[in-house]
Amino acid sequence: MRKKNKALAHLQEWLEHGDNALEVEMEEELEEELPPEAPEEDHLEREEKEDPRLNTPKKLEKHPAFERWYRVAAVVVCLLLVGILLFAAVHMPNFGQADTLVDSELSAFYVEHTLEETGAVNIITGIILDYRGFDTLGESHVLFIGVCTVLLLLSIKGEKDQERRIWEDAYDRNFEPRHDEILQTCARILTPLTLVFGIYIILNGHLSPGGGFSGGAVLGAGLILYQNAFGYQKIERFFTFRTFKAVSVMSLLLYSCAKGYHFFTGANHLESGISPGVAGNIFSAGLLLPLNFVVGCVVACTMYALYTMFRKGDF
Amino acid sequence: MKLWQNLPLFLIVLPLMCAVICSVLKGKAARGVMTALASFACVAMSVILLMTAGQGKSYIYVMGEVGAPFGNELKIGVIEGLMGLGFSLVLLFSILGGWRKLTKDVAPQRMNLYATMVCLLVSAMMAITFTNDLFTAYVFIEITTIAACALICSTNKGRTFFAATRYMIMNLLGSGLFLLGLSILYCITGHLLFPQLEESVKALMAKGEYKIPLSLAAVLMTLGVGVKSALYPFHTWLPNAYASATPTSSALLSSLISKMYIFLLIKIFFRAAGAEIFAQGIGDVLFVFSLVGIILGSVDAIREHSMSRMVAYSSVSQIGYIFLGISLGTEAGMAAALFHILAHSAAKSMLFLSANKLREVSGGSDAFRDIRASGLRAPLAGLAFGVGACSLVGVPLLGGFSSKVYLAQAGLLLGDWRTTVLLLTLALSTVLNVAYMLRTTLTLYRPGQRYPLTKSPLAKDAPFTGAMIALVLINIVLGVGGGRVMELIYQGIAMFN
Repeated sequence: MRKKNKALAHLQEWLEHGDNALEVEMEEELEEELPPEAPEEDHLEREEKEDPRLNTPKKLEKHPAFERWYRVAAVVVCLLLVGILLFAAVHMPNFGQADTLVDSELSAFYVEHTLEETGAVNIITGIILDYRGFDTLGESHVLFIGVCTVLLLLSIKGEKDQERRIWEDAYDRNFEPRHDEILQTCARILTPLTLVFGIYIILNGHLSPGGGFSGGAVLGAGLILYQNAFGYQKIERFFTFRTFKAVSVMSLLLYSCAKGYHFFTGANHLESGISPGVAGNIFSAGLLLPLNFVVGCVVACTMYALYTMFRKGDF
Repeated sequence: MKLWQNLPLFLIVLPLMCAVICSVLKGKAARGVMTALASFACVAMSVILLMTAGQGKSYIYVMGEVGAPFGNELKIGVIEGLMGLGFSLVLLFSILGGWRKLTKDVAPQRMNLYATMVCLLVSAMMAITFTNDLFTAYVFIEITTIAACALICSTNKGRTFFAATRYMIMNLLGSGLFLLGLSILYCITGHLLFPQLEESVKALMAKGEYKIPLSLAAVLMTLGVGVKSALYPFHTWLPNAYASATPTSSALLSSLISKMYIFLLIKIFFRAAGAEIFAQGIGDVLFVFSLVGIILGSVDAIREHSMSRMVAYSSVSQIGYIFLGISLGTEAGMAAALFHILAHSAAKSMLFLSANKLREVSGGSDAFRDIRASGLRAPLAGLAFGVGACSLVGVPLLGGFSSKVYLAQAGLLLGDWRTTVLLLTLALSTVLNVAYMLRTTLTLYRPGQRYPLTKSPLAKDAPFTGAMIALVLINIVLGVGGGRVMELIYQGIAMFN
């Protein structure tokens, strides 16, 4: 009976806290690194007084037998899932055959109507920015929320203790290749090409393969390359945190407004006053060109911001 | 299209724009925007509910010029209105109820980002509530997952990072499973919108083709939503996340975010994938899981030593009730599940917010030995906790009682082996609920002054007072006017498909 209780207790322990040495270690580290409470915030009641018995995982003893079985079970469950998925995949329609889809009216419709209705030669762009523009609107905000979350976690802007800032700067210097001739020479040639190519992909999004997402990624890569080769001082001449904020905020607002207008006129059967234009021209396809442009800006900013935030916690 | 029918569009696009603006505002202004947005959502949802209920039929809102099956669309009916109204009210009162603690927990330079997260959450909540499209739902699930994670770790304490990491891992697993299921469905049927999906699935089932991938898709999506909303064996991320976050976040997580996913699952089952796949045993498996969850969640709650963790664990048990309703696969079961979503949201947000207040007057600890007599030190918080606890236990005239009655009714209508098991579990669970909920409530009033009866900090906390009174009223309305709410739900179910 006692034995059984003990086993149950272990199970409970694991369910609640995990039995992973790494997790316990991580928890301890995080506890230690708690920054000192800011003095001006009022903590009259000493609210965060924690009772060590209550919330923190108790020190776990090692239970090698349990851990071994746990690992075996994890592998078995994963293999089982893989097996089931493979088994189901055998019963799926064959990939790439036109007639296997039970209902292929969608693709037929898109192929027939996209050019005429949206003016986009590139059907994919027509679909993601027009027919299913709502999903893409959400998707762009996923990027935005990603950056915001990273900011929330890592930002050292406005951090009261300068110490951490200084430390981050010093730490960053270890990784920053200063005056690396090879890198700088390559970057001097590659950066303009990359940026121009990125802009080309964005602006031709409705005419040829590409669009805001892929072009934005290329632009972002160009910015990151430049930053790596020449350091923060150089890039801050034209791209600072303020630029980042201004560009992404304006782009997203413009995006929401444009799509909101499109949805509103579409749902109410109003005349939107947007014409598809002459197919094949660069200024055609109505809203698609500006939408590709703003998506490109958002993606480029996001790429660069994520890179610098993870590197230094700052721009 | 009438003017009010455009409200859903504004409820989705406006919060997105507010979120973007909040990210560059100062903390205080951003907090104001967030609160204004929540109030706007409440008003707009009331209008939608009233008008759809008056109109007596649901309508489709096409997002763009081209409608189904080629573009996105929303479908708005009474159930969407009711759920949306419930969610918005809880959102507003959670923000108000945790207001003071929020300003302490979240550093001023991060407050604008917190507001950004809440605004995006509102948008995602509305989109998931209204959407008639599987992939749109997935996109906004992504937004919700990241926002929830940020809401947990916004307090910047070591423990919250730990909880958020765990939350992230489990929830991404859930999203991944959901996406797999979605892809399989799309690959076979070639449709993403609910009505067309249902049509193709029905046709396929009649012909007997693709049985295995179709049921696998249903299983994967159920599993994904189960993981994300803490169905019993997948609930391990829940207690730390709920108990360590700031009270507003805990309330939002427990009463909005997990409920949104469940509402989506209800939509998928009853509107999209059809009862056909569902009938093939998934319902029975879900039935067993939820029964186990109801009992073991309560057992876990009993074993806890602190109030906030106990409240967190009781969520596991309550989520079990909701899944129980869904698993019956009948209209009555679905109605009971929807009702319990509302009842539990109202009660649980109140519990989290008042538990925080009780902790504040008990020297910052919510261990059972410290909160003795805290109900006397913070009378309103004590009252609110008592009402919430009674509601979850199932005391008549409160929301939880009505939902238990409806659940039992739904069980009685079945008339097979499940009836007996369901009724027995309900009885046992009520006893267990009494054991932890009422024990805690009694502790609040048990004499034992570890902390002096000083002037309570409640005196100055007007938002909290207002929010608690409103939430208590909502609980009573759900209990007393349960019949009327049920009528609305049935009216909504009639126009659901």
